[in-house]
Amino acid sequence: MSEMHARTVAELGRALASRSISAVELAQSYLERIARNRDLNAFLDVRPEVTLAQARDADARIARGDATPLTGVPVAHKDIFVTRDFASTASSRMLKGYMSPFDATVVEKLAGAGMVSLGKLNCDEFAMGSSNENSHYGNVLNPWDKTAVPGGSSGGSAAAVAARIAPAATATDTGGSIREPAAFSGITGIKPTYGRASRWGMIAFASSLDQAGIMTQSAEDAALVFNAMLGFDPKDSTSVERPAEDYTRSLGIDLKGLRIGVPKEFFGEGLQPDVEKAVRQALDEYVKLGAKLVDISLPNAALGIPVYYVIAPAECSSNLSRFDGVRYGHRAAEYADLADMIKKSRKEGFGPEPRRRILIGTYVLSHGYYDAYYIQAQKVRRIIADEFQRAFRQCDIIAGPVTTSVAFGFGEKAADPVAMYLSDLYTIPGSLAGIPGMSIPCGFGARNLPVGLQLMSNYFEEAKLLGVAHRYQQATDWHKRIPKGFEA
Amino acid sequence: MALTLSDVKRIAHLARIEVSEDEAGKALGQLNEIFVMIERLQSVDTSGIEPMSHPLGGGQRLRADQATGADVRDAALKNAPSQQDGLFLVPRVIE
Repeated sequence: MSEMHARTVAELGRALASRSISAVELAQSYLERIARNRDLNAFLDVRPEVTLAQARDADARIARGDATPLTGVPVAHKDIFVTRDFASTASSRMLKGYMSPFDATVVEKLAGAGMVSLGKLNCDEFAMGSSNENSHYGNVLNPWDKTAVPGGSSGGSAAAVAARIAPAATATDTGGSIREPAAFSGITGIKPTYGRASRWGMIAFASSLDQAGIMTQSAEDAALVFNAMLGFDPKDSTSVERPAEDYTRSLGIDLKGLRIGVPKEFFGEGLQPDVEKAVRQALDEYVKLGAKLVDISLPNAALGIPVYYVIAPAECSSNLSRFDGVRYGHRAAEYADLADMIKKSRKEGFGPEPRRRILIGTYVLSHGYYDAYYIQAQKVRRIIADEFQRAFRQCDIIAGPVTTSVAFGFGEKAADPVAMYLSDLYTIPGSLAGIPGMSIPCGFGARNLPVGLQLMSNYFEEAKLLGVAHRYQQATDWHKRIPKGFEA
Repeated sequence: MALTLSDVKRIAHLARIEVSEDEAGKALGQLNEIFVMIERLQSVDTSGIEPMSHPLGGGQRLRADQATGADVRDAALKNAPSQQDGLFLVPRVIE
């Protein structure tokens, strides 16, 4: 039982079903591991009594014989999802101690399947960032190298799965916040098609881009969790109405003849040679498995960054206007009048990055600039989305790097917002299009830090995407590597 | 097109975020760098292209205008910085 933490969601589910471990034992084991690795700062709120009560319910359910494959398996939630039993802060001072009156749909669905919640995970404030350095509650350390960032904004989720202090963690992706930290932390992370996961109870950043996903050790695990997590939700106005599906159905996909599109724009200037080498080796592995590589082009992919930094701040300035120090959230201690109270509360409650993005967004939406910036960005967004559709006529899957480099060091980009924004060069285009995308471990680069392979599919082809990733993980063992110091 | 210090103060006022002279100056430099990057969009020919507001298009789904009945007043008020008798309290606005 000592190596329980190294097991996947699929393995833990089988062990629980066969009663060779109990949900309570499993929860206790993870809670101990979380306590032992507190220096990672991955968790913001842990409440053993809540976790153990859920584990006891899971054991009762297994005993009754109405368990799902996930009943009793622990999961931790990014602190962007609101939860009734744990504080929900979005890693912001603004929401310090906030207790939600309800659970996010994603949280509710996973609990409904019997998953046991380990607590809430650190992230960039309001999911704005690429290094997790924007959390009000401190940096998360990368388990592979504690001087490196874990990536962001889902840095706590990525570090927790990498350190094996959670077998699965929810995450959210607006411009790359699942794929980039998954790559930097050497784990599997996937965002589905926009509209597949409910946004109800996900603290909003940029609503036309925000999408929940999952981080796990393997693609098979992600498919299992997706079965319980995704689906239509009438409470989310952009939720997609489609019949439920089995995301594990294509795990046995035959790669023979699969056309993998390789966009030349993802291998240009800026891509570090160590990352390129690992990604090219992964592509070679796919060729060995029977796939064909096809050269494709996404000519305007690089415009994704300016498009994103108009649309995301615009939507963020609108979403974050709800924080006024009246109904919930931080209120300044001293003020002259109502207007002053709102201004001071927002200044004190928001950290520098949300404040910066609110200012950009307010400007691009202001009178006289709306058409020139916001509407123009939405038009270029369509150009980029259309280019993906042209590319998918030539290929079944698109593959390339997730990031230009392996994880960088703390402080390296923190003072230069534009350099930080470029971290998401390869992930933003897929987010703008709203297609599924994932990162899977494919080797190691500089300083022995993990490299991620990005795989993208067309809309609603998550099952195929997960299958393509799973076949690679059956042929390689990069996803089974555990950072030094976390094996035992 | 570069922003000026008074632009930054005006934007901060619109966004209801207090900024000191010092912070406005710092924000000015950063915002201008970001806007240099954003300016690249101006050279793209987008004539005849529809703005994209939702990846999958489609209209906004509407529901019947009916109360759902859930009474969460007390739970919602629990997070208010200041409240009394089931109401949110704000500083006096009418003298």
